[in-house]
Amino acid sequence: MSSPSSAPINASIRFQAVTYRVDGTPTQATNSTGQSDGVRGAGVQGERAQGDSTQAVGGRTLVSDISLTVETGETVVLLGRSGSGKTTLLRLINRMLEPTSGEIFVEGRATTEWDAIKLRRGIGYVIQEAGLFPHFTVAENIALVPTLEKWEKPRIDARVQELLELVGLHSGDFARRYPRQLSGGQRQRVGVARALAADPQILLMDEPFGALDPVTRAELQREFGALAKRLAKTIVFVTHDLHEALLLATRIVLLEGGKIVAQGAPENFLQQKHPEVRAFASCLDTEDSVVRDGGEKA
Amino acid sequence: MNTYTFFVTHRVEIFSTTLEHVELVLIAVVIAVAVATPLGIFIVQRPALRTVVLGVASVFQTIPSLALFGFLIPIPFIGGIGKRTAVVALVVYALLPILRNTYVGLTGIDAAVLEAATAMGMTPWQVMWRVRLPLALSVILAGIRTATVITIGVATIAAAIGAGGLGTFIFRGVAMVSDAVILAGAIPAALLALLADGLLALLERRLRVS
Repeated sequence: MSSPSSAPINASIRFQAVTYRVDGTPTQATNSTGQSDGVRGAGVQGERAQGDSTQAVGGRTLVSDISLTVETGETVVLLGRSGSGKTTLLRLINRMLEPTSGEIFVEGRATTEWDAIKLRRGIGYVIQEAGLFPHFTVAENIALVPTLEKWEKPRIDARVQELLELVGLHSGDFARRYPRQLSGGQRQRVGVARALAADPQILLMDEPFGALDPVTRAELQREFGALAKRLAKTIVFVTHDLHEALLLATRIVLLEGGKIVAQGAPENFLQQKHPEVRAFASCLDTEDSVVRDGGEKA
Repeated sequence: MNTYTFFVTHRVEIFSTTLEHVELVLIAVVIAVAVATPLGIFIVQRPALRTVVLGVASVFQTIPSLALFGFLIPIPFIGGIGKRTAVVALVVYALLPILRNTYVGLTGIDAAVLEAATAMGMTPWQVMWRVRLPLALSVILAGIRTATVITIGVATIAAAIGAGGLGTFIFRGVAMVSDAVILAGAIPAALLALLADGLLALLERRLRVS
């Protein structure tokens, strides 16, 4: 993952004319390609595909003809309404899904040519509600990938300590606690620490702060923004929150109905004329006016 | 004859019969766990087989127990009169609760946890052993508890095909029209069921996560 040489690290992601389509047939038949991650991948993706789609019958194209390059060190925010295909794009990157057509290149190599397990261990992944293992302590959760990669114990312990500090959980006895003993914000911090544990060059984040209360969310967004700048990782961040996109992105990519409809740097994104950009911009205006008017109704 | 005096005069026989009963139940439950748990893990990974396997186990469960003992007698190898036939029948009854709970426990895990496990690069095998099974353990154990209690009850009928156990007293008591003799089988059986239920419930609570 981390190359010691002076050669520049390639941590780019490139979508090349990618389409992903789910069959209308029962969900367990979605993935019968028999690749190495076979059964379990199919189960999880079946569940998710089901949850995402409003009409499973007859098949559905979740993303179509996506071409997009995320350069090393960029923070690209995939913005869009529910069902616009942003999570699907994310899951195509770490081969939780395989494209129906087209290819995704991670570090210059097609995902289908990567060993799925190796690819995923080299990519940090943070989801809403964190998805922490309830039977693992905070330290064990953070140590997940290093443990899978069979690091030696002292190295793991040191890394866990380092990460707890990085995400602001070093004081107290957080390491020994279980996820249920943490607040939502603390759990999400652990989720970020876990994703960073093996120092991946790429981070995927799927509405990581979506389930938090507004105050905690703002706090974590600010801190994460600063952290992201410092770490210089390639980050793909999924959200439906324009505020969040403007705050964290180096580039915003707007999706609608499985297609990219607009993209740009945060500074000029809002000037674009596309109706979906206007739709997102207008809800920003409404929110602001509510704040200006005192927000009694909020 | 007075129940109390019967218990006192026959205490040695009651005790040894109880042990015989426990032995029958233990063997059956251990075999059932050894069969049903891996089978449950298997059907989680082969959803197509789920309906068939759970269906067959459910049908087994509906066969009246006395009839099942009867059906098994003429079958070669597993049948005949005695303990072996009884164990086979008891295993058949114990399968469903364990199988169903194994399946439910393994599939009832928070989707976000499984998503994270896979996305962080766990192999399907690691997801099963390090995430699904530990999180399903208390539910699986609840199935074993149900199976054990059922088996303790059903095992009393095993005496009908000469397998011994506390049913011996019950059948003898029915033949003699003696409450005392019936109770000499029924009371220890009931106590055994309560004891097993309590102990396994305790263990289950220990293993529960979250």
